[in-house]
Amino acid sequence: MAEHLIENDEPLLVAEGLARNYGRLAACRDISFALYPGEVLAIVGESGSGKSTLLQLLSAQLGPSAGRVSYRMRDGVLRDLASLGEAERRFVFRTDWGFVHQDPAQGLRMSVSAGANVGERLMAVGWNHYGRIRQAASSWLERVEIEVSRIDDAPRTYSGGMRQRLQIARNLVTEPRLIFMDEPTGGLDVSVQARLLDLMRNLVSELGLAVVIVTHDLAVARLLSHRVMVMKGGQVIETGLTDQVLDDPREPYTQLLVSSILPP
Amino acid sequence: MPAMIELSSAEKTFTMHLQGGVRLPVVRGVSFHVDAGECVVMSGPSGAGKSSILKMIYGNYRCDSGRIGIRHDGGMVDLARAEPRQVLGIRRSTIGYVSQFLRAVPRVATIDVVAEPLVVKGVAREEARVRAGGLLRRLNIPERLWQLPPSTFSGGEQQRVNIAHGFVSDYPILLLDEPTASLDAANRAVVVQLIEEKKRNNVAMVAIVHDDEIREAIADRIVDVTAFAAAA
Repeated sequence: MAEHLIENDEPLLVAEGLARNYGRLAACRDISFALYPGEVLAIVGESGSGKSTLLQLLSAQLGPSAGRVSYRMRDGVLRDLASLGEAERRFVFRTDWGFVHQDPAQGLRMSVSAGANVGERLMAVGWNHYGRIRQAASSWLERVEIEVSRIDDAPRTYSGGMRQRLQIARNLVTEPRLIFMDEPTGGLDVSVQARLLDLMRNLVSELGLAVVIVTHDLAVARLLSHRVMVMKGGQVIETGLTDQVLDDPREPYTQLLVSSILPP
Repeated sequence: MPAMIELSSAEKTFTMHLQGGVRLPVVRGVSFHVDAGECVVMSGPSGAGKSSILKMIYGNYRCDSGRIGIRHDGGMVDLARAEPRQVLGIRRSTIGYVSQFLRAVPRVATIDVVAEPLVVKGVAREEARVRAGGLLRRLNIPERLWQLPPSTFSGGEQQRVNIAHGFVSDYPILLLDEPTASLDAANRAVVVQLIEEKKRNNVAMVAIVHDDEIREAIADRIVDVTAFAAAA
């Protein structure tokens, strides 16, 4: 997927020499890259490769043992995430960023209505007009192909695919510039996956979102991402244009992944 | 006419780590250029590396050494050394690629699949659809099919959707991998016409064509790929 990449020479997110240790175990080592507005970066690798730790470091949910992550704030200034105060960080997370979890129950409040799930993010940024919030919520439900008649139902009454689409609506309603996704299609039926992927692909290109997506599914990476980083043992072992890495993999481990002869 | 593509000593070897690190040399010393408004056809038997060279020019396969010069935004860019972002920029505005098979996006209507390269470049969706429809009509895809996703089409129909997708935009460079492979005579003639029109608009093209008649019709020059054989 190579469309709608916004021409912009200033990176949105920059990782420099990023590392995270758990005791003597290095979960992530020496990771550096820059993500530009509108760019979709896939992080692939098997469980334990460090990709989820990296996602947590990038989204400031975890502090690095070494190195830093910087983010270009709406005022155009690139700031080290570690230098942000807790309130500032929370504000960025609520407004400028989104985080789509593999398990929708982690990203949604399962017992309040779908409308409230979407509206909550708007209220967090100061919306207080009930009618407008409901209007925004129903228009987002439509965009993610959920019948508006289900707006008052709680997500626990939704199917897995609907829950995941609702989680996406909740994340996008504040018009963030950067979305983190952790295995967003994991655990869904194949047909449900295809629909979700198609929807995400369209939204990402329409809205010009920058995305960091963690996935072990190379088909997901191919369909959604411009660029891919292959991780193994906490390190990035290969990186490049998605179709180049997948069609012409260079490293032994990447070739193994691509030829999909991994033991189950 | 300025050269739009300039390959010099481009080289490609696959190293198959899963087969004990076997090295598979594909091509070596690939040097040729393509001017604006000309169509260069690569010749040589299957396995000679024609598709690999085409993929290298598109940045889909990496180039191990040598240079792949592409005229982009008024300057020459070496695609072999370009950053991923640059390659994407080049694909968005400079190089179009017509592959043998359509990589269908599920659920998207044919008319929108064809209009997509224009929309990406900022053409309004309605105008893009009109231009896409014009090409689909020329390629004899009946209008009643335009709202369906191409994944439901026959092989020949998909190939024509693919051609429309590749030809709709005005890329200054077009790479054609067997654009007429599964087409009947009438549609082959349409493709030959489309290529002629591209030439008049100064588009530089590199093509792989197995059909002698088509090659005769479109080639301004033939580059013999066996000269770049890398086998030791």
